[in-house]
Amino acid sequence: MKIIVPVKRVVDYNVKIRVKPDGSGVDTINVKMSMNPFDEIAVEEAIRLKEAGHADEVIAVSIGPAKAQETLRTALAMGADRAILYKTDLPIEPLAVAKILKSAVEKEKPGLVILGKQAIDDDSNQTGQMLAALLNWPQATFAFKVSPQGETVEVVREVDGGLQTLALRLPAIVTVDLRINQPRYASLPNIMKAKKKPLEEIDAASLGIDIEPKVKVLKTAEPPTRKAGVKLKTAAELVDKLRTEAGVLQ
Amino acid sequence: MAVLLVAEHNNKALNGATAKALTAAKALGAPVHVLVAGAGVDAVAQKAAALEGVDKVLVADAPHLAAHLAEDLAALIVPLMANYDALVVVASTTGKNFAPRVAALLDVPQISEATAILSPTQFERPIYAGNAIQTVEVTAPKKVLTIRTTAFAAAPEGGSAAIEKIDAPAQSELAKFVSEDISQSARPDLTAAKVVVSGGRGLGSADNFKLIERIADKLGAAVGASRAAVDAGFIPGDFQVGQTGKVVAPELYIAVGISGAIQHLAGMKDSKVIVAINKDEEAPIFQVADYGLVGDLFQILPEIEAALDSRK
Ligand SMILES: Cc1cc2nc3c(=O)[nH]c(=O)nc-3n(C[C@H](O)[C@H](O)[C@H](O)COP(=O)(O)OP(=O)(O)OC[C@H]3O[C@@H](n4cnc5c(N)ncnc54)[C@H](O)[C@@H]3O)c2cc1C
Ligand SMILES: Cc1cc2nc3c(=O)[nH]c(=O)nc-3n(C[C@H](O)[C@H](O)[C@H](O)COP(=O)(O)OP(=O)(O)OC[C@H]3O[C@@H](n4cnc5c(N)ncnc54)[C@H](O)[C@@H]3O)c2cc1C
Repeated sequence: MKIIVPVKRVVDYNVKIRVKPDGSGVDTINVKMSMNPFDEIAVEEAIRLKEAGHADEVIAVSIGPAKAQETLRTALAMGADRAILYKTDLPIEPLAVAKILKSAVEKEKPGLVILGKQAIDDDSNQTGQMLAALLNWPQATFAFKVSPQGETVEVVREVDGGLQTLALRLPAIVTVDLRINQPRYASLPNIMKAKKKPLEEIDAASLGIDIEPKVKVLKTAEPPTRKAGVKLKTAAELVDKLRTEAGVLQ
Repeated sequence: MAVLLVAEHNNKALNGATAKALTAAKALGAPVHVLVAGAGVDAVAQKAAALEGVDKVLVADAPHLAAHLAEDLAALIVPLMANYDALVVVASTTGKNFAPRVAALLDVPQISEATAILSPTQFERPIYAGNAIQTVEVTAPKKVLTIRTTAFAAAPEGGSAAIEKIDAPAQSELAKFVSEDISQSARPDLTAAKVVVSGGRGLGSADNFKLIERIADKLGAAVGASRAAVDAGFIPGDFQVGQTGKVVAPELYIAVGISGAIQHLAGMKDSKVIVAINKDEEAPIFQVADYGLVGDLFQILPEIEAALDSRK
């Protein structure tokens, strides 16, 4: 079977982002961009399934500006076989991403689509579930372990309070959590090889899908800031302050 | 029209997050109906009906709803939405799982982790791990919202809403529940606790993590952890606090051997009082801490235990 892995180009997780003073958004000019960390985990999982003989092709897909090619090359260097970029300069909301991914699924007919559980910029945690809905496929979010077994895939999920195991009929959607694997680094030879792997570009507008934003961002603001407090000398002093000054302990 | 709020529960008891999400649902300015979907949920429905401000409780009781699978919940909720303007859901692992599935089937966007309801169409939500707050407007005919319940006060008890049974659609063929392994802890739930004591990589081992548990038990607190502590195997994943773990806002948060990465701060910086214990006085956690102790946690934790005992 084929596996599709959608990968998103986001502000690197180490960057401390700045809100634009006029409230119009977050400053992303000249900021380091990387693959969404959860998507690295998704690519790794797909490659491991291929290495274990469960899949024969891994296709990385991104929706975004021309620069998202870099993100796709990273996926190819990790071990994806080919890539598709749906090019658009519009801000794309999760439902629109899901609609575009649906057309990628209809084109490629994968057995599994493995996504990140959330993108670390918008923190929506929606796209995989929406894609599952649009395709009428089963879904397993927050995956901790993925085991294909013939016509089904068994997925252990990280849920509040512990773990839950589901059996999904294939084809299916999986979104990965942090602990399912440790993504590999691309080696230099593989980075070179990735440059020659096929990367197809499709104009997102040509799909005839309504990708206009439906949510209007009125304002983007700094969160209320906390001030650093005081450093104390002893544990006894701390407990005393918590009891009297802060009043949070009996 | 009205608002449909989906109750968060484990089939036996109503989760306290529901009363907080109710406060958010009421802020939309329309009557609120609560949906209790599960198996053997009479007691849960009674509790939901007793919340002040609930106009009606709908109960869908069927064995296959016990595991709250997204496929089954979406099949139940989507037709109900013909009668509602908005769907309000707790941003738990259950809510985050099924709500986007419902939104996509209704062909409307979802607002994730709303922290304020400004009007029936305008909401606030954190992005970039809480480093920016967006004000958004949704004009779609139906609103789908997941609620970050730490941002809302719990609605009190005192209601007596009518309870109405509704039919559940047949079980989906797509996904089946196999098993679950839910930890039974005597400690309070991490997201509801008044006090949280969290440990980081600085603890060094699973064995040393018992130092955190001992303090937590003295304070009647929940235990939390940084991702580094979880990844190192000191404690299971569902104790992780942060951007990609649980978001907590207790009265008191004590961070021990945690450096204060933005991803961790995203999960705890709305706590009322923050205490940091770290041997590195430059650690970023001190920038958000009300009280800090610079020093070796292995020396400080026993001293705190002793100080807690001294006046009891
Ligand atoms: C050029 C550009 C500028 C934008 N500017 C803004 C802005 O200023 N403000 C704003 O609010 N939004 C903006 N967006 C939209 C924002 O990026 C979308 O909300 C986002 O694509 C989907 O939300 P999410 O990433 O939080 O989804 P999630 O549901 O959190 O993502 C989950 C998973 O879905 C997959 N996925 C998500 N997006 C993509 C993608 N584009 N390609 C491939 N896979 C994907 C990944 O596997 C990811 O791990 C912009 C988008 C683009 C392309
Ligand atoms: C996509 C992504 C998502 C993430 N999500 C989360 C998340 O949800 N939650 C989260 O927590 N992290 C998350 N992280 C990880 C985060 O970036 C940090 O790596 C992590 O929080 C660090 O954990 P820590 O503070 O325990 O470890 P460290 O940063 O290693 O800090 C350990 C601290 O302990 C102190 N220390 C050591 N020994 C002692 C001692 N004897 N006495 C006192 N102090 C001592 C040190 O001075 C140091 O400050 C995420 C990262 C990524 C990339």
